[in-house]
Amino acid sequence: MAPPSTETLQSLILNTLASSPSSSIPDSRALQLDGCTLDAPEDQPAVQAALASLQSREMIAYKHHETITHVLTEEGSLLRSSGSHEARVWGALPLEGEGEGLSVAELKSKLGEETTKIGQGRAFKNKWIAKKGDKFVKAVPQITDSIIPVLSTVASTGTLPKELGGDKELADLRKRKLAVQKKTLHFSVEKGPEFATEVKQLETDLTADMLASGAWKTAQFKKYNFAAAGAPPNGGALHPLLKVREEFRNIFFEMGFREMPTNQFVESSFWCFDSLFVPQQHVAREMQDTFYIKEPSTAGDPDPAYFARVKEVHEKGGFGSIGYRAPFSDAEAKKLLLRTHTTAISSACLYELASRAGGWDKPAKLFSIDRVFRNEAVDMTHLAEFHQVEGVVADRNLTLGDLIGFMEVFFAKMGMTKLRFKPAYNPYTEPSLEIFAYHNGLGKWVEIGNVRPLPFPLFDIAW
Amino acid sequence: MPSVHIDKADLFERLGRQYTTEEFDELCFEFGIELDEDTTADVEEAIKKGLPAERPQLKIDIPANRYDLLCIEGISRALRIFLEQRQPPVYKPLPPKEEGRRVLRILPETAQIRPYAAAAILRNVHFTPRSYASFIDLQDKLHANLCRRREFVAIGTHDYDTLARSGDFTYEARKPEDINFVPLNQTKKMNGRELMEFYENDKHLGRYLHIVCDSPVYPVIYDSNGIVASLPPIINGDHSKIRLETTNVFIECTATDETKLAIVLDIISSMFSEYASDEFSIEQVEVIYPNGEKRLTPSLEPRLTTARVSYINACTGLSLSPAEISKLLTRMGLSTTPSPTAPDELLVQVPVTRPDILHECDIMEDAAIGYGFNKLPRTFPSSNTVAQPFPINKLSDIVRREIAMAGWVEVLPLILCSRDENSTFLNQPGALEEAVHLANPKTLEYQVVRTSLLPGILKTVRENRAHSLPLKVFESSDVARRAPDLERRARNERRVAAVYSDKRGAFEVVHGLLDRVMVALGIPLIDKDSKTPYGYWIAESNNPTYFPGRAADIFYRPPPKSTTSGESDVAPSAATSKTTTDSASLPPPPSSTPAPASKPSALDTVKDALASALPTLASGTSRDLKIGHLGILHPSVLEAFEIKTPCSALEFNLEPFLEIAPDHGRRA
Repeated sequence: MAPPSTETLQSLILNTLASSPSSSIPDSRALQLDGCTLDAPEDQPAVQAALASLQSREMIAYKHHETITHVLTEEGSLLRSSGSHEARVWGALPLEGEGEGLSVAELKSKLGEETTKIGQGRAFKNKWIAKKGDKFVKAVPQITDSIIPVLSTVASTGTLPKELGGDKELADLRKRKLAVQKKTLHFSVEKGPEFATEVKQLETDLTADMLASGAWKTAQFKKYNFAAAGAPPNGGALHPLLKVREEFRNIFFEMGFREMPTNQFVESSFWCFDSLFVPQQHVAREMQDTFYIKEPSTAGDPDPAYFARVKEVHEKGGFGSIGYRAPFSDAEAKKLLLRTHTTAISSACLYELASRAGGWDKPAKLFSIDRVFRNEAVDMTHLAEFHQVEGVVADRNLTLGDLIGFMEVFFAKMGMTKLRFKPAYNPYTEPSLEIFAYHNGLGKWVEIGNVRPLPFPLFDIAW
Repeated sequence: MPSVHIDKADLFERLGRQYTTEEFDELCFEFGIELDEDTTADVEEAIKKGLPAERPQLKIDIPANRYDLLCIEGISRALRIFLEQRQPPVYKPLPPKEEGRRVLRILPETAQIRPYAAAAILRNVHFTPRSYASFIDLQDKLHANLCRRREFVAIGTHDYDTLARSGDFTYEARKPEDINFVPLNQTKKMNGRELMEFYENDKHLGRYLHIVCDSPVYPVIYDSNGIVASLPPIINGDHSKIRLETTNVFIECTATDETKLAIVLDIISSMFSEYASDEFSIEQVEVIYPNGEKRLTPSLEPRLTTARVSYINACTGLSLSPAEISKLLTRMGLSTTPSPTAPDELLVQVPVTRPDILHECDIMEDAAIGYGFNKLPRTFPSSNTVAQPFPINKLSDIVRREIAMAGWVEVLPLILCSRDENSTFLNQPGALEEAVHLANPKTLEYQVVRTSLLPGILKTVRENRAHSLPLKVFESSDVARRAPDLERRARNERRVAAVYSDKRGAFEVVHGLLDRVMVALGIPLIDKDSKTPYGYWIAESNNPTYFPGRAADIFYRPPPKSTTSGESDVAPSAATSKTTTDSASLPPPPSSTPAPASKPSALDTVKDALASALPTLASGTSRDLKIGHLGILHPSVLEAFEIKTPCSALEFNLEPFLEIAPDHGRRA
């Protein structure tokens, strides 16, 4: 039978309450619908749904009760109808002296393996049967098989009274897999402050129709569940990493920086390395670190005078430097590659600033945040592409103290206030510093960046 | 950055005290090396468990140009000087012994293969097992770093007493068949050819064979008895094998790079001269080049240079006296005295162990390290500048925000992709002709720089198949195209692209997005045949990326150029900005730097490039540009990207709108 509808149950509950002298229903399993009692365990969830709905309207209040009952297993039911294994073994045997007994094998063929195995032992223990040679016979003319009333009681009441063994016997039945525990629910119900025998239809939301008709004035609204989650919005979104980029850009803008034209993935080795005084034999320039370009493969000529100066400083020194004194290959300088750092753009920008007609005229603060490329084997912590943040301050009379002081302000804007600076090495900056910030969460110093003043005609600071 | 493993107890004994890990970390930090790991705890743990354990090690990261810190001898020496426990050592030439000055004669044939060589002798050295291991390890470290896996320089060390006591060592180049010797740790004599075969699959030496293997002659060093000392850069002879008990050490180096040759011999000999009975003394060898030029190696002489007090003070923000700076520099291993004649000048001796000192600013850096970076007065630059975004980034941000506000989700795929993804997957086999191709990618995923934003977005759609429909994603970023006239032979182009994926194609959705972006940019929809001077329209196309009959090209007619601001007949509000160039402006982007002869403005270059890349149309005005396309993606494209639902896509170039962007003309 399909469970009764919520409406039917609600009506039944309200009417039962109305007619109850105590204005209560002590046990929902006693409810009667069309002459049937709703005492089956599967009825109670439907009753609970009806109760919950009525309680949300404050028409009733209910409590739920849990009881543990026992039901027979398949084996338990079988034993209830045909008797215990030992009784069946006893029943199969002749009384002593009234015939030839049965052997174990004969019992097995008659009663089955399991009954014989369990029943023979128990019957023997009860002294119901005796052994004659290798055969069994009845030892007593009459027995009382106490299992049948026990199982019958469990089947009909779900429990056992003390006189039939009580909890101890129940535990034994469970152990013997003749019965299992089952939880059952029932409810006790009382009238609530809004009790009525009719369920009023509650509105869930305020609608335009209600505003038009004025129905909102009399309508009753269902209680809102403020603990539920809101509906997810369907809006668009910017990419999280680019939102971080925006944070950084804004810090640069707050500090008066101008964004560099980094929309140039392809670079020449000259701008990416040579102009930055990275020696031509530097490991970073090897194939396993840098993406070189097959087509097109060779860059055009940069300003020949500048090219010659850079080459001279590498090979022989100049401008106060002794140089690398290593051979400088023009072909190497003209190899095209994907930029390994945005510093390639910084060097071109500084070159342009320095070579502008009229010479150096005013300070510059430049920055960029853009993609760079490394020929990495990609894994959890390495990508062949990532974003680099870069800043340059170029002015006369800048000092290393300015650089460090500047970094303190810059990183404070990101919430990093405890910094220390370690001497480091970079081919193109002097001195080079690694910046460490103290991470309160990790409880240690974490490297957060690399800063270095560029050794160009002016004192530039960059990172 | 090389990492060296130092015996902790030995180092602290040399430094004369014990340090806690924190104290030693602090010392390293100030000096500019990095304590990566102290294995003491691991070792104690292992001993507790009864496992075999090494002596506690300190793993220290060394800056890549400090070859003098690659061994315990160098680190302890430098730190003791830094801690003012000792003065920088003076490396002395040892007078030749009774057999006279030894000569290494370089024969002319070596010019074909490995033209430079140098040698040194360490006398009365006493190795312990750990110092011997350090000696071998330093050679490995130098071979791996500065020597570029023996290509530039190769080091051979020998038991001097096993070699001929008189006569010249010769550095020759001979046919492989004419070189016969027993290689180190072998018993069989072999010639050069056999040796190459013998070591072909050797895990350690196999990787060096290519340096000489195919040369008609191999470099080889003989003593005057014709004994092979070594076949650089591969292996030494077994005859002169060095041992723990060796007391006189012959060090030879051969090279293709003369500067690195000197550095390597200087480092090796100076580091281990501390074990000579006459500490820091090295016996020089006379090298005679084929042209008769004679040189004593190693040179041992410090390089004398000067540095200005005013420069060092100006860079560091300090006002130290010449004597104070001299003291700081001496602590860094650069023996320095104020010049007796020039008050602003310091006389600096750069020892042979410091080849990293190339210029005055290196000296300034050492002064700053000696003072302590973290003790420098912290100031803030007074430079006054005006903030300014790069115009294309600003324009792109405007468009990105508009699209996100219209309910689309931004994605950030990789810029590199496979050739197929960029071409055949999109039914655009010709797209590779304008693409930048990589020469040495590690995987097939990175063969070209994308010429369209679609592959990346479609891969993102593919990876998000489980997402509820519709999927609305976009990206505004750069593609790269070849540009043969530019110095870098390629240029970036800022695009915007979007893909809509749902149960049906929905052309009108991406079309609506295009319209929305154009409204935001203030560009009106116009009839292409009208005389309207400014606007955009779309027209059906047969672009094979899209489904037939559901593809269109996007056209843009930019406003006519006005010579004077305010006189334009079409001037949308954004386009009224002047086109004059700020004299203090940043240089044009390097992308558009043409040959140095002429320097048109960056904008002109961009426009010219655009004009060549985007051919104008026959109809309409000559200004009309095809800037992009949209449509329902062809099922074969969806199949190639393993997408199961219909998609429509939109992609166009943002750069033509730069002219009407608020910062137009004021490049940087």
